[in-house]
Amino acid sequence: MSNRLRVACSTAVRDDTFLKTQIISDRSVNQPTLVIGNINWFRYASPQAFFPLAGAMIPWFAWAAALLCVAGLYVGFFVAPTDQQQGEAYRIIFIHVAAAWMSMFIYLVMAFWAGVGLVFNTRLSGMMATALAPTGALFTFIALWTGALWGKPTWGAWWVWDARLTSELILLFLYFGFMALQAAIDEPRRADRAGAVLALVGVVNIPIIYYSVKWWNTLHQGASVSLTGAPTMAATMLTGMLLMALAAWMYSIAASLHRVRSIILERERSADWLVKYRHTVEP
Amino acid sequence: MLSVLRTVIHRDLLLALRRRADVATVLLFFVIVVSLFPLGIGPEPNLLRAIAPGVIWVAALLSCMLALARLFAADFADGTLEQMLVSATPLGLIVAGKVAAHWLTSGLPLVLIAPVLALQFDLNQSLLGVLALSLLIGTPVLSLIGAIGAALTLGLRGGGVLLALLVLPLYVPVLIIGAGALDAAAAGLSALPHFLLLAALLVLAAAFTPWAIAASLRISAE
Repeated sequence: MSNRLRVACSTAVRDDTFLKTQIISDRSVNQPTLVIGNINWFRYASPQAFFPLAGAMIPWFAWAAALLCVAGLYVGFFVAPTDQQQGEAYRIIFIHVAAAWMSMFIYLVMAFWAGVGLVFNTRLSGMMATALAPTGALFTFIALWTGALWGKPTWGAWWVWDARLTSELILLFLYFGFMALQAAIDEPRRADRAGAVLALVGVVNIPIIYYSVKWWNTLHQGASVSLTGAPTMAATMLTGMLLMALAAWMYSIAASLHRVRSIILERERSADWLVKYRHTVEP
Repeated sequence: MLSVLRTVIHRDLLLALRRRADVATVLLFFVIVVSLFPLGIGPEPNLLRAIAPGVIWVAALLSCMLALARLFAADFADGTLEQMLVSATPLGLIVAGKVAAHWLTSGLPLVLIAPVLALQFDLNQSLLGVLALSLLIGTPVLSLIGAIGAALTLGLRGGGVLLALLVLPLYVPVLIIGAGALDAAAAGLSALPHFLLLAALLVLAAAFTPWAIAASLRISAE
């Protein structure tokens, strides 16, 4: 058990009467159910059921992220051949592409959970959206930064006002806006729902990012990897890139699960189940 | 239904008429910001001609954003907004009326005064019409999108700066296309594709933002 968890649990024990009424009233609301194959899939929409599950999943995803990252970096830096035109500088794409994919995808996932939270009024969905935002912003920043490092030797400029770069920058602003809005609202449920509306409005930006290459057709090279055509790069390069992309996925899942556990502890610190959970984990 | 829309627009216009200073402030801000650029950059006519579309559009963006803060604030403060929330009329319709009135008092004056300011930048006279038309189609989009941000930040601490952070990134497509229309026209190309894209944004925004604004108001006024 991490230190942070322990501290939060001990505060939970101290002020367990606080907010109890709110939790009881939350429970009285009919929980939606979605039963497929004898499993109620909404069971894990409850923070109480999800908290131990997330805790059990984190080590798996974290280790997978570490191993895939080592493998991807090895392939990227030692196995993949030097590029004919770009020399060694191209190797930054092993980080850049994975980060750029993740930055856009996490926003979609965030908007998805935000939308689910708005529709089903599930508390955990809002927490998940909140937990994903910093990881998404981190990857957006990494994508921009590594893009600048790649652009200097290749294009001869740190920054070019190309549509795709600009959209990525706007994406970073959207993440910041989402986090700033949630930080400005003290009441967690209002923060969840206000953030959800903003995330859904901002998701309009994702297709603009993706199609900007086709729309404005400027300096940024077109996509080298597509689902329909054969990739225009060496197989080892592609392997390295896909390994890094998978590593980014695993890291994102582990990091956001860890963060959502912290959010659950913070918001549910007075709930009975958390107090009992603490006693089962630490007798 | 339409009578409600008319009443809301009439009421907000009347309120704006009684407080003319609010409208004038936004317009003065626009004029001052645009006038500051030549002072900072220098009076070189070719340079000014080149930056005019961008400067005027960015200034319009900022003015629209500043005007947003008072869109729902007064109604929220005196309880009118709650009456609107509980009324039998769809909230989206009331909101659309409020945004329309807001655009008439903050967006339309910008459209009218922008060609005059463009003359300061020695913009070719044939482009003045393009500028006015691009602003005419573009500024309602700014009001509609901005109203979502205004509704979300209602009653929050640091509302003004937060509003800028939320709304300005969403304004970027309008800015690119709007200023692009002038650049295209200046290069001797047709500005029509830009106008059509702006009009498409306007249609999309007009169809969907009233829902988002209404949902945001319900969240904020809870």
